[in-house]
Amino acid sequence: MYKIVKKRVLNPTVVLMDIVAPAIAKKAEPGQFIILRVDEEGERIPLTIADFNRENGTVTIIFQIVGKTTQALSELEEGQFICDFVGPLGVASHVEGLKKVAVIGGGVGSAIAYPVAKKLHNLGAKVDVIVGFRNKDLLILEEEFKAASDRLFIMTDDGSYGEKGLVTAALEKLIKEGNEYDEVIAIGPLVMMKFVAQLTKQYGIKTVVSMNPIMIDGTGMCGGCRLTVGGKVKFACVDGPDFDGHEVDFDEAISRSSMYKDFEKHALEHHCNLMEVK
Amino acid sequence: MANMSPKKLEMPVQDPTVRNGNFEEVALGYTLEMAQEEASRCLNCKNSPCVSGCPVNVNIPGFITEIQKGDFEKAYEVIHESSSLPAVCGRVCPQETQCEAKCVRGIKTESVGIGRLERFVADYHMTNSKEEVKVPEANGHKVAIVGAGPAGLTCAGDLAKKGYKVTVFEALHLAGGVLVYGIPEFRLPKAIVQKEIDTLKAMGVEVLTNMVIGKVISIDELFEDGFEAIFVGSGAGLPNFMNIPGENLKGVYSANEFLTRVNLMKAYKEGSDTPIHNSKSVAVFGGGNVAMDAARCAKRLGAENVYIVYRRGEEEMPARREEVEHAKEEGIIFKNLTNPVQILGEAGWVTGVECVEMELGEPDESGRRSPIVKEGSNFVLDIDCAIMAIGTSPNPLIISTTKGLETNRRGCIITEEETGLTTREGVYAGGDAVTGAATVILAMGAGKKAAAAMDEYIQSK
Repeated sequence: MYKIVKKRVLNPTVVLMDIVAPAIAKKAEPGQFIILRVDEEGERIPLTIADFNRENGTVTIIFQIVGKTTQALSELEEGQFICDFVGPLGVASHVEGLKKVAVIGGGVGSAIAYPVAKKLHNLGAKVDVIVGFRNKDLLILEEEFKAASDRLFIMTDDGSYGEKGLVTAALEKLIKEGNEYDEVIAIGPLVMMKFVAQLTKQYGIKTVVSMNPIMIDGTGMCGGCRLTVGGKVKFACVDGPDFDGHEVDFDEAISRSSMYKDFEKHALEHHCNLMEVK
Repeated sequence: MANMSPKKLEMPVQDPTVRNGNFEEVALGYTLEMAQEEASRCLNCKNSPCVSGCPVNVNIPGFITEIQKGDFEKAYEVIHESSSLPAVCGRVCPQETQCEAKCVRGIKTESVGIGRLERFVADYHMTNSKEEVKVPEANGHKVAIVGAGPAGLTCAGDLAKKGYKVTVFEALHLAGGVLVYGIPEFRLPKAIVQKEIDTLKAMGVEVLTNMVIGKVISIDELFEDGFEAIFVGSGAGLPNFMNIPGENLKGVYSANEFLTRVNLMKAYKEGSDTPIHNSKSVAVFGGGNVAMDAARCAKRLGAENVYIVYRRGEEEMPARREEVEHAKEEGIIFKNLTNPVQILGEAGWVTGVECVEMELGEPDESGRRSPIVKEGSNFVLDIDCAIMAIGTSPNPLIISTTKGLETNRRGCIITEEETGLTTREGVYAGGDAVTGAATVILAMGAGKKAAAAMDEYIQSK
């Protein structure tokens, strides 16, 4: 059992938790993820490691409430436990040697972009961060990003905070202004990563994306998370989750991610109905 | 005088038309009277060839004699001296090619039902024994086991009996390996696997789940933590795909994923949070036990048509005879001498599979007749789910994070055959991680051999 020692509601649908898992905290690196199971009947879901504290032995996760499992997780409080917590899984992000980087986060994906930006910043790289949200209420980690970047650009779809528009608009503007990036790192919804990759391809800027397919075990034994990268089949859980954004077949990944949409909707509704009865 | 009945006493089974709608165990097991009747067919022969057919060398005439006498607890003790998981072995071993293949009664008639008797004894013990498990005297040495599958659990059991402090590291949230995620409930009830594991725990074996060795702790760090020898029984869990077009369509599963969802995550149960695709027509590619398991699970999940698509003939199928028969009785349709060419889809979902017919050519150097495509025989099978059960390879996670551990070109860990010693001092390996996908009992045999070698290594240090 793994204890929740901190819970912070970042916005109406995004929650941060610190989980006691010393062995994982000792080894974790930005870009890696964990698999958790809330309770005995629960499914296994992957969540990227948003931060870690080696001294305190804690691992930070930030998740959006999108279905039954994340809803159930969000209902747990400090001092309560989750049943299973496995990691660190996947390959750590390669950030060594980078001098100037644009880190792009979309929605809750920003939580995953944060540790990468922080590590690059600590290594002395120049880091421009662009984060995008639907509106001001959904903005997360503003202070953290300020501390981990040279420049922070906040975009909202409706213009309720920062600049109005998509992250790609901000990125294109920076590129056109003459900023030369060694690499662009994009983490967020598949559609956002697809368009960032399309944009940077035109300018020939290396782009790394963090893929988030459906997973079960997270250790390479089922292939549920497979993707096509550069024409080859890769397992995101062991070969990734980071891949060259110009090589990923995004349309296939978007299609595969919808495999259990009906089931998930049903499970969430069922769960919510149960709560109303209470 | 021995019971000279030429045939094995039939074991009661669930009716095929009922059982293909539930996940309960197919074979119901002998009653006490049936077990004694079957036991009386054993001639208790002096040279006991059956024992040499068992990879862990259970004293077969010894335990059968105790059944004849009616001392079932004694029979259990005799088996338990050699086997840590008798309730599992009695159910899933291919006895027809092992102990029962060597049985003297089998020369002219049917062999003694050794597997059925072992199963009876183990189940009898689980239901009736009130005795506390004996905790062996500690010898002060620490060993680590990587992987809680049949190889690791057997190795753990044998070392615990000798007094070692054994810690088993398992990557998944439940111990058992293929016994919990692969072999379905209707062949091997998970409660039975759990009881066998509980027995090991009662003997002092520590089982740590959620521990992915190679990621959270490396082999080198285990040595630093004071483990004196390590056994790697990490299996062959990496699924092979066919590399044909359409494999990444929605509705295409590896057998590992399909079976893990069904067995480990209980996706068949109302109330499980893990989803599984509800299909009408399912094609399972492959002819081994895993293919049979996947097909029979798909049927139980409500599919109307379930096909086994296999490129060779039924004779060449690597699956156990009994499993093939059970699958047929349950309404699985066999498309032998058939090979998929591409998976067809619409809007991202599987809609069919284009296949070709095959014929068998001359035997090759290995003696197997290789299948040859019949030109122009292409046809389409309408399906909405495809499951690849064409084999697995060892997972590279441990090898890639451990210095000095050599593998062959198939990714299997290289070991000395008699001891299981790898190319690194103090590290032993066995089971599918060494052989590639094989059987439960071979993995157990390897775990047993390695346990003996690890004991000798530590004691002679």
